[in-house]
Amino acid sequence: MSDVTRAEICIAACAEAWRGDGEVIASPMGRIPALAARLAKLTFAPGLMLSDGDADYLTDPTGADSHVEAHIPYRRLFDFVWHGSRHVMMGASQLDRFGNQNISAIGTDFHRPKAQLIGVRGAPGNTINHPTSYWIANHSPKVFVEKVDVVSGIGFDRARAAGPAARFHELRLVVTNLAVLDFATPDRRMRIRSIHPGVTVEEVIAATGFALEGTSHPALTPQPGGEALRLIREVLDPKGTREREVPSAGRV
Amino acid sequence: MRDKRMSVDDVVAELRDGMTVGIGGWGSRRKPMALVTAIAKSSLKDLTVVSYGGPDVGMLCATGKVRKAVYGFVSLDSIPLDPHFRKARQQGEIEVAEFDEGALQWGLYAAALRLPFLPTRAGLGSDVVTNNPELKTVTSPYEDGEELLAMPAIHLDAALVHMNRADKFGNAQYLGPDIYFDDLYCLAAEKRYVSCERIVETSELLAAGPPQSLKINRMMVDGVVEAAGGAGFTSCVPDYGRDEAAQKAYAAGDLFAEASR
Repeated sequence: MSDVTRAEICIAACAEAWRGDGEVIASPMGRIPALAARLAKLTFAPGLMLSDGDADYLTDPTGADSHVEAHIPYRRLFDFVWHGSRHVMMGASQLDRFGNQNISAIGTDFHRPKAQLIGVRGAPGNTINHPTSYWIANHSPKVFVEKVDVVSGIGFDRARAAGPAARFHELRLVVTNLAVLDFATPDRRMRIRSIHPGVTVEEVIAATGFALEGTSHPALTPQPGGEALRLIREVLDPKGTREREVPSAGRV
Repeated sequence: MRDKRMSVDDVVAELRDGMTVGIGGWGSRRKPMALVTAIAKSSLKDLTVVSYGGPDVGMLCATGKVRKAVYGFVSLDSIPLDPHFRKARQQGEIEVAEFDEGALQWGLYAAALRLPFLPTRAGLGSDVVTNNPELKTVTSPYEDGEELLAMPAIHLDAALVHMNRADKFGNAQYLGPDIYFDDLYCLAAEKRYVSCERIVETSELLAAGPPQSLKINRMMVDGVVEAAGGAGFTSCVPDYGRDEAAQKAYAAGDLFAEASR
């Protein structure tokens, strides 16, 4: 499988975030996560609920024989968010070692930010109510920082401080264009779970603005199998839009 | 029953400086842009704008109408960030209250139900609490003793929403994929103004959609404005989709870019 691209590895790695989730809403933000959620649904996570971008949920968002199976307008969506029947994969403009995420604003003065971003959106409510993963298309020290400017999605340290009300907080995976990270350490600091084929651990360390755990002999991110590759290339993304988010300089 | 038809200008004439105005829709979807544009061109000032923000927030910021913005996000959907809102923020021109978007719903719902607050987890532990120091928590009086965020009611002086159809009495109908929070805005407000693509007879409402599409009724409405194309370049399906070219022109600085339809 030497012709597997980095984008395809990222899709398969993102899909893994939803493994074992059962019948919940999968809300992917971004092109690679959207492809990944559909791959997961078509293979090992058939129970996932996927929206058409509005309020309708489709049995097979890319398929020729797809049907509306549910209607969940925003009003109802927040019911499911707060009920916990959802696993979101969000992006982040900044992310720290405990998984605090910023999508609100850059700069230390919130009243006059250097750069206004989209706003906290649903990140505070998502992270305190149901499983959350992150997709970072450009792993760099600008994203992986010591301290985020505006905590939008909450990390493990903030969740601990919030007490029993935060008992549903769970950050699963952080998938980037270089590696898969998680928080499987005693105090829930971010660690390297695996690095993508063709990436060195030194590259990941250099692209991260804080000290990562698990830097000695990390595993290699698995490549998608034959059926997953076929689905990605022929069914989910025949036009190759995945290359726009993770361009491949060359094959892995 | 009272005929509540009025013009766009009649609505603007009923608004006052310093009012808190809730604007329906979501991002760049079914925004009452005919009403918003008229406010932008009026002499009104010092408004507090409550919105699931799109070009409504950006346009009112760019025209100096906004003292404070209350929102969870501001986005044009196909263009992720509104440049006019960003400029106002980055120049420190406006006050803001940025909430989790689910908590924002809770604030409107509390106002609608005449409750001082509603409890939620959404916001706890995040900088929503730090950046809005007036927010308080509440401890469950039951044996769980859980400490939750007490999301305060967001009372509106006026609500502006755009629907697909309405009758002259204020029974209004959405035909698109989502009502968003438009009915909550109406219940949370003192004065409620509904613009619509077309005013029809009450007897004609069910020709376009099922009874479930009548989420706003005359108890919740003070004024009805017929404004074809009144969502501007934002989407108002099934009547029309978003005019991406006009939205691009708006984002590039042509504030009152008109949809070509």
